[in-house]
Amino acid sequence: MTAFPSPLVGYLLVAAVLFAIGLAGALVRRNAIIVLIGIELMLNSANLNLIAFWRFGPHPEALTGMMFAILSIAVAAAEAAVGLGLIISIYRHTNTAELDKINRLKG
Amino acid sequence: MQEILLTAGPSPSDVLRYLASHPVPSAIARNLWLIPAVPIVASGIVALLKQPRRKPAAALAIGSLSISLLLSIVAFAHVVAGWAHASVVREVVNFTWLHFGSSTVDLGWVLDPLAAIMLVMVSFVGLLIFIYSTGYMAHDENYTRFFCFLSLFAGAMLGVVISNSTLLLFMCWEIVGLTSYLLIGFWYQKPAAAAAARKAFVTTRVGDIFFFLGIVWLFSQTGTLLLYNHGVGSLEGLVLANLLSQHAGLGLSAAGAIGLLIFAGAVGKSGQLPLHVWLPDAMEGPTPVSALIHAATMVAAGVFLVARVYPLMHAGAAPGGTTTSLTVVTWIGTATAVFAALIAVAQNDIKRILAYSTVSQLGYMMAGLGLGGVAVGMFHLITHAFFKALLFLGAGSVIHGCHDEQDIRRMGGLRVDMPLTFATYAIGMLALSGFPLLAGFWSKDGILEAAHRSGTIKGPFYLLIFAALLTAFYMTRQVCYVFFGYWRGHGTAHESPRVMTMPLAILAVFAALLGFIGTPAWPWFQSFLENRTAAIDFRVLIEPSVGLLMLASSLVVFVGLALGWRLYGNKSPKPEAPDALEQAAPWLWAPLRDRLYVDEFYRATFIALFGWLARVADWFDRRIWGKIVSLVAWLVGQWAKLNRALDVYGVDGSFDKTCEELSNGGGLLARIQDGRVQDYLRILAVAVIALAGILIWSSRP
Repeated sequence: MTAFPSPLVGYLLVAAVLFAIGLAGALVRRNAIIVLIGIELMLNSANLNLIAFWRFGPHPEALTGMMFAILSIAVAAAEAAVGLGLIISIYRHTNTAELDKINRLKG
Repeated sequence: MQEILLTAGPSPSDVLRYLASHPVPSAIARNLWLIPAVPIVASGIVALLKQPRRKPAAALAIGSLSISLLLSIVAFAHVVAGWAHASVVREVVNFTWLHFGSSTVDLGWVLDPLAAIMLVMVSFVGLLIFIYSTGYMAHDENYTRFFCFLSLFAGAMLGVVISNSTLLLFMCWEIVGLTSYLLIGFWYQKPAAAAAARKAFVTTRVGDIFFFLGIVWLFSQTGTLLLYNHGVGSLEGLVLANLLSQHAGLGLSAAGAIGLLIFAGAVGKSGQLPLHVWLPDAMEGPTPVSALIHAATMVAAGVFLVARVYPLMHAGAAPGGTTTSLTVVTWIGTATAVFAALIAVAQNDIKRILAYSTVSQLGYMMAGLGLGGVAVGMFHLITHAFFKALLFLGAGSVIHGCHDEQDIRRMGGLRVDMPLTFATYAIGMLALSGFPLLAGFWSKDGILEAAHRSGTIKGPFYLLIFAALLTAFYMTRQVCYVFFGYWRGHGTAHESPRVMTMPLAILAVFAALLGFIGTPAWPWFQSFLENRTAAIDFRVLIEPSVGLLMLASSLVVFVGLALGWRLYGNKSPKPEAPDALEQAAPWLWAPLRDRLYVDEFYRATFIALFGWLARVADWFDRRIWGKIVSLVAWLVGQWAKLNRALDVYGVDGSFDKTCEELSNGGGLLARIQDGRVQDYLRILAVAVIALAGILIWSSRP
């Protein structure tokens, strides 16, 4: 262990904070759009982790982390579009975006 | 030939031996099946025509029967040529229809003098009646149906005539019965016609059951259905001798007993004594039907049948002698002849008189078969077919001309209004009465002569003479009522169209002249049927047994005619006035008018018996079987109730408990499924954190 920690730790800490914020947002906010934003935050914290591990890992020349991150962003874009579409469709049916009131799948 | 083809793999020597003993049938014999097939096919086509197609229907029926007539004449000429050259006169074509086990069901047809004569008679008389029908039925809306049935009848009747297999014969026989039923009930809107059709069908069925039993017995004894089959058919040589040697009880051989059973079928079809009741009622059908089916051909099929199986009945007779079964035939025929002639005296319906006359003449034919053999009976059959068809068609013409009036008391004086009908009717009536030199005289005389010649019993002879007297009497009565005196009906009578009178004229020629082919001096007909050579010998006529008998029978006829004329001639009594005979002998008139109470007797015995049986069966159904059924139903109901209790308190209890527990558990779990996405997410988050905690805790050094 060196005295000054590796810069990786800093990235990981930022990513962890970002993830925690996203999770909190997804768990406690009622508006579906905010929940979606929270999910995006968590996804991006994961991307940050991917890039950080790649950059400070043993083979930074192989571009693997970059590839993962780009793929993940593309998937996230698609997911966001589908998620927004779903929310708008639900809104049209129920006239609300409050997740507490959308509980028709109740067992 | 077919037999060769159908047998599996004969060696060449087999074929040669076969051909030596089985000459190849001539072309006409091989194609004989066409004669019945053509009208039957025509009938099928007519059935498929749309109803109002009147012209094509009549054209098909008449055309097909014309083809049959031409073929029949060719066949007849062929047989006559064979007879004249003293070569084969009987040709058979047989084939196997079905195999089961070691036995086979064989069908086939035969061309012999008996078949040839019947073929020509049936198709010729049939054709004339078809032509007549186009006029008589001209205004009927079911014209097409009529010709369909008529054509089917003609085909089936021709099939009966050529059958060489008892089974094929029986099938055609039943089709004939069916068409008879259909045509009697042709105007089924009339309740009387429908009832008459049923009566005819049921009554003939009684005879047919015995006929069928006879066929089955014959098959079981001989193992073959064929009548003639080159020496091994059931009417030939050794097979017949075998049948003869078996005793069937009551002094009968198996052959005689089978013959009598088959005769019972003929009794039904030909309206002989116990089963004659349907024939007069059958007159409810259209008049051409009465002429064709119930006078000329179908009812004669019974006589033909007896002639066909005559070897069975005659087997074992001493030369010139008779057998028990033939004696039975004789007596039934004689009794029928007298009985029906008596009833005919007191009937007032023009067709009913002719119907009883037909029954009586059929009795004559049967007696002729029993006493004198095939030729005597068949000769009367052929001549009778012509003059009785003539009389019926004449009666149809009268009915047509008198606006559907059938009561002879409401006619009269028609000799002026309908001269052609009168002339032909008179010829037919005289021929039927046995007026000297007309057809009926010769054939009836043949029967009387046979009756006189048969040694032991004289009863039939005197009874038949009496029947001849009655015949002349009732026919004179009818003609006096219808054609003499003055008109007592409504409207005015008119002569029938040419299409109806033409067949009358042709039939009249035959009714007058046909007898000359079978006179005692030149017995061409009899010789042809019995395969002897015919010779002309006028000396026979002056032999006392023949000549005196002819004089005596002529005398009887004249007495009958004179008696009839004396009582009824030119009197024209009012329709309501009692009959001349009724005034003279009311005690005699009443039972005769009521047809000697045979129908009443049947109603009081058989029909009452069956009615009683029906009531008993009904009572059984309601009281016994119905109760048993109810009891079973009640038991089943109780059983069901028991099952239900078991289900409710036993099975259901435990099952319900299980379900309840499952349901409760489900409810508990369902609470987690509250439908809020974020709650799921929270559980997920908690689980991930727990997982992470476990991972971290477990991976510490």
